[in-house]
Amino acid sequence: MNSSRRTSRRTVVLAALSAVLLKPFVALAAVWNKDAFGAKTAPDALKSLGVSGTAPSADVVIDAPEIAENGAVVPIEITSKVPGTKTILVVIDKNPFPLVGKFDFMEGALPFVKVNVKMGETSDVRVIAQAGGKNYQATKNIKVTIGGCGG
Amino acid sequence: MFASPSLRAFPALLAASLLSLTALPAAAQDAKKEIERYQRMINEDSPAELFALEGEELWKKPQGPNKVSLEKCDLGMGPGVLKSAYAHLPRYFKDADRVMDLETRLLYCMTTLQGRTKEEATKRVFGNENKPSEMESLSAYIATQSRGEPLTPGTSHPKEKEAYALGKALFFHRAGPWDFSCASCHGEDSRRIRMQELPVLYKPEFARPVMATWPAYRVSNSQFKTMQWRLNDCYRQMRMPEPTFASEATNALNLFLTTTAQGEPYRGPGTKR
Amino acid sequence: MAGPMKMRATLGEGYTDIRVLMTHPMETGLRKDPDGKIVPLHFIQSVIVKVNGKTVVDGQLSQAVSRNPVFTFRVKGGAKGDKVEVSWLDNLGETNKTEAAVA
Repeated sequence: MNSSRRTSRRTVVLAALSAVLLKPFVALAAVWNKDAFGAKTAPDALKSLGVSGTAPSADVVIDAPEIAENGAVVPIEITSKVPGTKTILVVIDKNPFPLVGKFDFMEGALPFVKVNVKMGETSDVRVIAQAGGKNYQATKNIKVTIGGCGG
Repeated sequence: MFASPSLRAFPALLAASLLSLTALPAAAQDAKKEIERYQRMINEDSPAELFALEGEELWKKPQGPNKVSLEKCDLGMGPGVLKSAYAHLPRYFKDADRVMDLETRLLYCMTTLQGRTKEEATKRVFGNENKPSEMESLSAYIATQSRGEPLTPGTSHPKEKEAYALGKALFFHRAGPWDFSCASCHGEDSRRIRMQELPVLYKPEFARPVMATWPAYRVSNSQFKTMQWRLNDCYRQMRMPEPTFASEATNALNLFLTTTAQGEPYRGPGTKR
Repeated sequence: MAGPMKMRATLGEGYTDIRVLMTHPMETGLRKDPDGKIVPLHFIQSVIVKVNGKTVVDGQLSQAVSRNPVFTFRVKGGAKGDKVEVSWLDNLGETNKTEAAVA
């Protein structure tokens, strides 16, 4: 809150302050990217995120089983060895909404995440590591015997 | 099988069929390896732990007309002793004069210690994805306290021997509209339903990993399930009437299976498909 | 009232390993209840990991993350006693968090 504006926009500031106090989480987290998460194709999701092109990289490692007994829980462990990785994106091409996660790593965090995801059907799973303004991608095809989206 | 035009193609066909025969086992082996990898990965850090947390709260919660918790419940190792209790069940209990598995014993404590009616305590024994049942949460908590302990069900008391024999008979007894028994699916090597290999449960080598990992969190329905549920659901799948919760039949089957698996270090609660 | 949440933070080879279990339905909005009605969209959108009060991971999720999410994160270095906090916020404005000291 800019203190020089406090007297002239007092009610606005107070309302904003109470919003911060009531929902401290909202003020601290990155804004949830509605367009990217609402995109129905992988290219659209990546476009919403400003990802114009990706290069395949062996430094982005996906550790996941090639067959998931149940698509409701597919364990995926991601490591990026690309120096300076700031963000990891997880995209499941054949899911109704392909963008599944976007992880931003700040000072101190390692570009690593293990997450369980739902897959509707056998699909390529794409992981994109963003570092130094460039996008590095790894892909893994995971077979799903029973889909996990609609129950 | 081979029409005359294809006689010329016979050597090629033979080669192709031989190739696919040799290729198949390797592919099947890879699939098995990947499925094992899947099973291993979902078992690392499982939601099952959260059910155990709920179970701990329920164990300590005063309930029923007597407003008492379950903390003095004797699960076989002494009142309130939880360490290795699950691994020592099912077994005969003198005070109830019958063989009891964990859930049956919990029901006993709910009625005798807490003063609850059987009707109330069994009103909702199987939960759903939004809310587990008391039995499920308690089972998760209590089973966790047996990690690493060898499965040691009761085998020497006459009633235990009786229950074992009954369980074994039930395992092989064919009934219902499909004339199924447990052995119909779990009685022969290399049986599968879709991608799931069906363990031959009357053989120790197959019963051991199974009994060492129930109760379990099932990712397919996001629920924590127990042995009473598993037995009930098997009967349902065989299109037979579902057995009564904590019945003699379910306890007998559970004892038969656990005895077949005895000695195996318990490593549940598990996480399964 | 959010369901239980559990976290374990341990020291690895030059990093702190953070494992967190969350209770959340992560409904996709595509599933039907036993009565045939669609269960509305309800999922965690945001996860924040903090070490000693400083945000280190900011994650945005879709409804495709599994029900009862389980995550592992890693932070460079770290020492026993470091305070780790993981919190989440869902699309209905519900939140939950848990804290643990690095063991």
